[in-house]
Amino acid sequence: MPDLTKTPATDEAHAVAIADADAKAVDTVEAAGKPRSLWGDAWRDLRRRPLFIVSALLIFVVLLVAAFPGMFTSADPRSGDLTNHFLQKPNFGHVFQPDWFGYDRQGRSIYARVVYGARNSIVVGFGVTILVTVFGGLVGMLAGYFGGFIDSLLSRLTDVFFGIPFLLGAMVVLNAFTERNVWVITGALAFLGWTQIARVMRGAVITTRHADYVMAAKALGAGTKRILFRHILPNAIAPVIVIATIALGTYIVAESTLSFLGLGFGGDALSWGGDISDALADIRNNPHTLFFPAGMLSITVLAFIMMGDAVREALDPKLR
Amino acid sequence: MGRYVARRLLQMIPVFIGTTLLIFLMVNVLPGDPVRALWGDKPPDPAQVAQIRHDRGLDLPLWQQYLHYMGGLLQGDFGKTIAGNRPILDEIKQAFPVSMRLAVMAWTFELVIGIALGVLAGVKRSRLVDNTVTLFTLLVISVPIFVFGLFLQLIFGNELGWVTPTVQDSENFQQLLLPALVLGLVGLAYVARLSRTSIAENRQADYMRTAVAKGLPRHRIITRHLLRNSLIPVVTYLGTDIGTLMGGAVITEGIFNVTGVGNLLFDALGNREGAVIVGIVTVLVLVYLLASLVVDLLYAVLDPRIRYA
Repeated sequence: MPDLTKTPATDEAHAVAIADADAKAVDTVEAAGKPRSLWGDAWRDLRRRPLFIVSALLIFVVLLVAAFPGMFTSADPRSGDLTNHFLQKPNFGHVFQPDWFGYDRQGRSIYARVVYGARNSIVVGFGVTILVTVFGGLVGMLAGYFGGFIDSLLSRLTDVFFGIPFLLGAMVVLNAFTERNVWVITGALAFLGWTQIARVMRGAVITTRHADYVMAAKALGAGTKRILFRHILPNAIAPVIVIATIALGTYIVAESTLSFLGLGFGGDALSWGGDISDALADIRNNPHTLFFPAGMLSITVLAFIMMGDAVREALDPKLR
Repeated sequence: MGRYVARRLLQMIPVFIGTTLLIFLMVNVLPGDPVRALWGDKPPDPAQVAQIRHDRGLDLPLWQQYLHYMGGLLQGDFGKTIAGNRPILDEIKQAFPVSMRLAVMAWTFELVIGIALGVLAGVKRSRLVDNTVTLFTLLVISVPIFVFGLFLQLIFGNELGWVTPTVQDSENFQQLLLPALVLGLVGLAYVARLSRTSIAENRQADYMRTAVAKGLPRHRIITRHLLRNSLIPVVTYLGTDIGTLMGGAVITEGIFNVTGVGNLLFDALGNREGAVIVGIVTVLVLVYLLASLVVDLLYAVLDPRIRYA
């Protein structure tokens, strides 16, 4: 289609999608002269946003901590020395030392616990987000694209799961497990959490379903799979990514809430949620045991929400 | 309009059946046996266990149990608790008004403070106000609600003594004030964010310029033109949230010792009283389904372009 690639440069992602059916063009930044895609445009906008830069940096640091906790502390988060029992308040001068954030009830280094606790919270957050995005996205896409009976069926299924209160359902599911490891919690939250993504995806697909480029692809004889994944998905996924980024933070909060109810990680698993609920028993006298795990959790959640907000604003031409 | 409502009500039936079936199945995979638990640590008498199981229909296949349960439900019979043999409907009737009161108060906080903050930030006369509101809402969403709850309880209840730390009398409006604020805090932040974004998007619309050019007073422009056009996403959120507030109060009710649905549910979970859990969720689903119907009808009030034939 040599004549189509010469369409005048517009900011419309649609133009790109027709120009070359290669999905790569949609999410890479093209050199000057070629039409910029929606994502290319958003990326140029994002790079200049302090909100985005700060949140991206924070997320990078948290991911680094979750992946290589040993790099940040040499203390063992599980070994408690009772001579340190509560007495040691934070020692802010001792940066990266075990006593930086003080010690908890059992004389364990709070700094080491915060560092090692990152992994479980992050894995739950990302795990749930990936599962709900794939499953919810697929359900929403099929419902939105095919319409009719399939739409009614899938939409009612979404309604059924949406009708069960999230926290309440998670409590019932998790109560059934005596050993609650990271996969059980991830699975339980994903089992009940996919409906939001499905609804957003369905709405987005319905608005793109009748676009000219979809009609063109159909006229050229493209198969259903190709239309769905090459034409509709790249143009409908923007709102899903925004919602998923923000939801990632809320899943981390949900894990800590379940820990507070005694339905979080069991045994001696390290997690921010578990440490927060342990610390709550003694907030009057030793607020520092609460402050650091709660602070880390909140900063992480904040970073994901800010990232989602920044991406939303960059993608929405009305807000520019 | 009448036909639309009728169609929506009909559509609710499969959703209602599906949700009750789902929660019924979820509850029945719960390990632990409430019948054996009646004996505590003593070894249960197998004959008696079998007798109780038979009387309660617990020895039937699961699908028959479900049909049996739904049959009772249609006649307003929620079954009886296994320990104590009390009608579950009575327990729900006792707990629901308390949760309802708490939820309505929390909901009012969301509606009034949430929209006020959203307007304040969205209309953007000053960047400082906008940033402060945005920061506040982000903070509320990212700190777990139980941390806020215990923190506010500590400050206002224990240290300052402005309110009683826990609720002694769940009919007392003043005692419920702090729990309701805690319960509504996250929703309040979401409402503020939603209305801020929506207002910011509509602020530049042509009809706004027209309204300003006509010389309308500022408050009229905001309430009649800007708000009315911006509120649809907010109404959607508030409508679906009323059900969540009633069921999601487990944390708040636990912290402030409110004897509502959340409390009942948490106890039922510990005692493996599956029928109580299914009963509560059934009522909550009904509330949610009706609320979402009301929301859809409200769309037409806010936006006359939407018509239901």
